[in-house]
Amino acid sequence: MSHHQDNPFYDPSLKKRHRASKYFLWYAKGSLIFSIGFLCFFLLDIVITGLPAFKQTYINIEVSFNEKTIKSTRKAIDKKYRRLASRAWLRNIPRLLEQQPELMNTTQYMWVLADDQVDQYAKQHHHKLKPKQLALVEEMIASDQLDIQFNTLFFSKGDSKIPEYSGILSSVIGTILTLLVTMAVAFPIGTMTAVYLEEFAEDNRFSQWIEININNLAAIPSILFGLLGLAVFINLFGMPRSSPLVGGLTLALMTLPIIIVSARAALRSVPDRIRQAGYGLGLTKIQVVKDHVLPLAFPGIMTGSIIGMAQAIGETAPLIIIGMIAFIPDSPSSIMQASTVLPAQIFTWAGMPERAYVERTAAGIIVLLSVLISLNTIAVYLRKKFEVKW
Amino acid sequence: MKTKIQVNNLNLWYDSNQALYDINIELYKNEITALIGPSGCGKSTFLRCVNRMNDLISSVKVNGEVIIDNKNIYDADVDEVAVRKRIGMVFQQPNPFPKSIYDNVSYAPLKHGMVKKGLACHELVEASLRQSNLWDEVKDDLHKPGTALSGGQQQRLCIARTIAVKPDVILMDEPTSALDPISTEKVESLMLKLKKEYTIVIVTHNMQQAGRVAEYTAFFHLGKLIEYDKTETIFLNPSKKKTEDYITGRYG
Repeated sequence: MSHHQDNPFYDPSLKKRHRASKYFLWYAKGSLIFSIGFLCFFLLDIVITGLPAFKQTYINIEVSFNEKTIKSTRKAIDKKYRRLASRAWLRNIPRLLEQQPELMNTTQYMWVLADDQVDQYAKQHHHKLKPKQLALVEEMIASDQLDIQFNTLFFSKGDSKIPEYSGILSSVIGTILTLLVTMAVAFPIGTMTAVYLEEFAEDNRFSQWIEININNLAAIPSILFGLLGLAVFINLFGMPRSSPLVGGLTLALMTLPIIIVSARAALRSVPDRIRQAGYGLGLTKIQVVKDHVLPLAFPGIMTGSIIGMAQAIGETAPLIIIGMIAFIPDSPSSIMQASTVLPAQIFTWAGMPERAYVERTAAGIIVLLSVLISLNTIAVYLRKKFEVKW
Repeated sequence: MKTKIQVNNLNLWYDSNQALYDINIELYKNEITALIGPSGCGKSTFLRCVNRMNDLISSVKVNGEVIIDNKNIYDADVDEVAVRKRIGMVFQQPNPFPKSIYDNVSYAPLKHGMVKKGLACHELVEASLRQSNLWDEVKDDLHKPGTALSGGQQQRLCIARTIAVKPDVILMDEPTSALDPISTEKVESLMLKLKKEYTIVIVTHNMQQAGRVAEYTAFFHLGKLIEYDKTETIFLNPSKKKTEDYITGRYG
């Protein structure tokens, strides 16, 4: 130990302290790797499960169009294929004939949407085909009568009890309408509240009380907002159930605190010297706030609002309460009509027994996640673009 | 020598803390008056009483009179916004709006309805920038952001912005403390030029600056006006011991 005495910088506790900081770093890195691993696993699982939903199986069989098949569409195809073609596709034969009347009284080979069991078999998933049907499908595969094509129906159809015929269009439109209502209500009210609290309100008991309550509002479980929406908007004001109007208003209540809090932070980050400059020139408070403070705070307010909107998009619980979970196959054409939203659609599909809905659930999640990621990208882009450098 | 601003028995409180005690002072027209004193002595607070900037702080309570052109600006029938238009202010940190140089100067005159957009506005912007010795440096970049200028140029832009609304008095709160010596020299020579048209009151920490630009100097200490006289007298022959101690650097 004599060389320690030669070293005036020797500190016996250092070894332990360095070791402790090393461990701390490992813990930190470990948590990071753990959470990234979780995220990757989740994303990979969703993508692998959901990607097959973007493809759909079609079979090439003979279809005959005549008076008889209009009455009983099942009879349009040969008996042995009846369980292999989609019931929904067959039901649509009269409509097909309306669009293409020249098909009447002809018999031709067509690509017909396959039944979901055939589709699942073609995608090598679990299926419930009987041995006889299985042999037939194998035969069709061998003779190129079976093809997996891009699933346009998934984007052009609403919900359906027939899995191969169900899509996300009606829920996407419902989501857009709901969000339009949410933003139209929450953005102006939230921004104006923030402007009032930050720029005009005096710092007294009352404004502190309001501030505390706004922060509390942000922490309320979202399902309570659903109950509030049900009680106030539907029961009290008599607005239509399941409508994007009610959904949007309910989500607006939920998004308000997020917008207010972020808008206040954005306003607070505007340096006070800008306000002073304005007042020093003999401008009124409104002129200073409207022309100088708000434009500078705007990127921050936008970012907060987009993040609030992203949260509203993913919200399911309050919308279930107000009935946006109902089975609604048709796309809404106004905010007063019954509709559903993407997360509610995902929730519905997740509870369906048919195997084909599993991949649709995951595909719906992929669509929802893509929308969320693009919204966040827009938020980051807006902030970078309009940020004022000092 | 005409009196421009007459202050009578001015007292000011932040909540219950009194910051100014019975200030009585006469500030003269077309002169530069320097307010000096150690940090926290109330000189900036006093300056902000002259254009009622203190009204923006809700805890501030003022009594006493600030008479400008025979009217007490604290009278009930005086609007503080109108006061600030006629009593302009330049701040310690150059604070141009994050807009173009042109918009920085033209914004307030347009809002006050002094000019309309177009030729009259262009002329006012040019005149203000010329008056503040900035025109030659920025005439080709009027649409560049004011925040992209150097610190000294920004401060002269702020002065141009202030004189564009044609005030009578310009208050300057340590206008050069954030600037380098060369920029400071430019702002000081600008002040000497502007005093022909405006009454200027400047708060400064830099006693040499007071000596260079100000005809009169007021020394504040702990919220009281200790001594007010010609700058020369204050520096060479102060009548109060406190003033002499501060000038000779015994505290401050």
